[in-house]
Amino acid sequence: MPRREAVWSGQGTTPDAIEAALRELLVERHAENDKFVPARVLNMIVFVDRQWTGEIANRLRGVGRYHASRLVVLAHEPLRERLDARVTIASEEDPEAGGLSLLRETVVVELGEHHLDDLLTITAPLVVSDIPTLLWSPHGHHDAVSELLALSQAVLVDSVDEPVPRDALDRACALSGEAYVVDLAWLRSTPWRERVAATFDPPPMRLELRAITNVTVRHHPDSTVAAMLFIGWLASRLDWQVGRLIAHGDALVGEARAGGQDVTLRLEAAPELQVRGLEGLTLETSCGRRLRLDRGPGGLRARARDAAGEEREWTIPGASRGETGVLGEGIRQALLRDPTYVPALKAARAMTS
Amino acid sequence: MAVAAGRPTGQIQPENPLTAGLERLPVAPTTLVIFGATGDLARRKLLPALYNLAHEGALPERFHLVGVSRKEKAHEDYRAECEEAIRRFSRRKPDEQVLTSLLANVKYIPGTFDQDSVYAELGRVIDDFEKAAGVPLNRAFYLSTAPGFFPVIVEALGRSQLARHENAQVRLIIEKPFGTTLEEARELNRRVLSIFQETQVFRIDHYLGKETVQNMMAFRFANGMFEPLWNRNFIDSVQITAAEDLGIGARADYYDHAGALRDLIQNHMLQLLCHVAMEPPVSFTAEEVRNEKVKVLQAIPQPTAEEIPEMSMRAQYAAGHSGGEDVPGYLEEEGVPEDSNTETYAALRVEVENWRWAGVPFYLRTGKRLARKVTEIAVTLKPVPHLAFSQDGSLGVQPNQLVLTLQPNEGVSLRLGAKIPGTRMIIRPVNMEFLYGTAFLSQSPEAYERLITDAMRGDATLFTRNDEVEAQWRICDPIVSAWTQAPGPLAIYESGSQGPKEADGLLRDGDRWRAI
Repeated sequence: MPRREAVWSGQGTTPDAIEAALRELLVERHAENDKFVPARVLNMIVFVDRQWTGEIANRLRGVGRYHASRLVVLAHEPLRERLDARVTIASEEDPEAGGLSLLRETVVVELGEHHLDDLLTITAPLVVSDIPTLLWSPHGHHDAVSELLALSQAVLVDSVDEPVPRDALDRACALSGEAYVVDLAWLRSTPWRERVAATFDPPPMRLELRAITNVTVRHHPDSTVAAMLFIGWLASRLDWQVGRLIAHGDALVGEARAGGQDVTLRLEAAPELQVRGLEGLTLETSCGRRLRLDRGPGGLRARARDAAGEEREWTIPGASRGETGVLGEGIRQALLRDPTYVPALKAARAMTS
Repeated sequence: MAVAAGRPTGQIQPENPLTAGLERLPVAPTTLVIFGATGDLARRKLLPALYNLAHEGALPERFHLVGVSRKEKAHEDYRAECEEAIRRFSRRKPDEQVLTSLLANVKYIPGTFDQDSVYAELGRVIDDFEKAAGVPLNRAFYLSTAPGFFPVIVEALGRSQLARHENAQVRLIIEKPFGTTLEEARELNRRVLSIFQETQVFRIDHYLGKETVQNMMAFRFANGMFEPLWNRNFIDSVQITAAEDLGIGARADYYDHAGALRDLIQNHMLQLLCHVAMEPPVSFTAEEVRNEKVKVLQAIPQPTAEEIPEMSMRAQYAAGHSGGEDVPGYLEEEGVPEDSNTETYAALRVEVENWRWAGVPFYLRTGKRLARKVTEIAVTLKPVPHLAFSQDGSLGVQPNQLVLTLQPNEGVSLRLGAKIPGTRMIIRPVNMEFLYGTAFLSQSPEAYERLITDAMRGDATLFTRNDEVEAQWRICDPIVSAWTQAPGPLAIYESGSQGPKEADGLLRDGDRWRAI
């Protein structure tokens, strides 16, 4: 079925006029067919430099079913004087007999530097009340984020975007005091965390969590923070006291104190990895057990050595989500609460102190 | 040596601190054996569900699949069949590499289900998997066969020592129907439980795997506003409908032996009734939830022969119009005997005789070839005790009605009285609607994905316990018997209609069926 859109645009407009246009378009669509119903799940505010709006729109188009129900794009163009806006209400398909067709609203507001002081009053009328709001500013603009936090319950960040890991972790820590932080760098480690949790889930294996002696994480060269968050997760869940990581050749190395023993930590850049995130990890225990997980075709390639020294290899099936999948997951996570992120973040930050 | 069967007891296990915050909890390494591996259910539901779990990385870290069926074929041929079924029926387009990875080690064992050699070979295959894995693998035996084979397979598993395993869990997953009478259900339970413990048995009622049914518990027990009203003081009646616009299709062989009562009311619709009527469980553990459901079923009196004509009715669809087309009657459907008295429509009126529900009628109806497809639960509240407004010139003030729709548009609507704009106080009913599709980003997983995962994890909350099955049959069995003894003639309803007019005879004065 073709995607159907209703569009309104205004130049030199006001937030009230934009909001009125949204209401009118919705009434028109509903009058056309009462099976058109607006989705009411999540607002998403995106603050972006105007020249990047196309790129951001492309990224958001790929998130599949995890679209925000109302997307408000604030496209910033420093020298712009006038407030222009375009409202689109789109349905993916015509309602079938007895079925519904969900409507999703997109509001693009083009604004200039002088509008930034009024950012909150420009944006507030454009979000749906009583549903959560996720804020994303993919290119920095910390002042705008600070202003818009008053409207937002969750903030989307990608800690691997910051060139300096320490800055990324500081920023995420600061934001987590004001809103729920959804960090794409953290979400990239989810399949790895799930697998390590599963490996140590059989009761006899749980005891070996206290016997981990070595952790190596291989990561995309730009994704050091993702690797730090993974180790931060282990440290926070297992009560490790982590020390500072030190550069050692192409790697970062450090130690953690785990009860009565030390754990050697190692973060290695994997230049061959084409996508952001983790390439693999290796865990070793004092009992002689070793688990290595690596990305592979059709899933994760596992290599395990047991306490008797016997080696095994197998594949754990799973499809890569890709970057758009990770972004879609980030939008979905805005409606959930993961209590383990902030402790992992703090532990990761401790490794950079 | 200790033998594990079901969950180990008496030993406190250390917690796994790594599972906190994870949406998907770990599933222990498992070998899944599907009996009836080439059948329709396996092809349409089980294999696609397994693929989707693999795609999402939700299968156990170590997972092996073994198919057992009568037809002779090589492992490679069975893998090709699995691939074809997944490509055809999966809810998402398969990723080639994931598909290859999932099917790489699938094994197939041919033979009849009573042949001991089949189980000897099965034991060897499973042992080989375990040796290769170097860890004990849980075993899940999925009986996706005709029900007549359930006891045969269970007893063969017992004889072959496959129903127990050192240091790992062994689970038995059984598809419905679990018996076709109370006596059969009891006998099947007896034979199954002579080999397996109840904690090892997972009886599937796939309705329980639907998000919509699980949402009913969230609706009732996560919202404080309904509980004060949820009793005989405020609720006038409850109506549960499962209507289909389609006929029986190519299922004549099954359906003509089952009929609407066995097909839907005995299992799915009584489960829905339990979800409406159960007390809040102390916790959402399998045992607590199922204890509460059984209490509801036990509170429904078994109908006597005299009561059956008053509280139940059946009918058969005649030719008519559906979806703008002429459609045949049931007796003209392919494969249906021309003198069949199988009901394609069944309706019951039951009462839950306990403190909360005494005196509140629960109406259940299901049928094929009705006006449209809808599954819903309508809870009608008692009318207001005094009306200060004139009803002149209005549609009248109607009691509030809360409707939980399970399909096709999952949601909740509440009928309220509202003033019509104007100078007079004229009231008409309006609907306040909530649609799940507008409020969640996620797509519901297929029921079988959830159920297979839960069975492999050993979580029986969404499965039917032995006493639940027997309690369901205790209510339905006398009706089945009475209908068998008095075969006809059946009431007739036109295809595409609201159902037989005779169904009105079940209703209390003043009640009426909701429009389908």
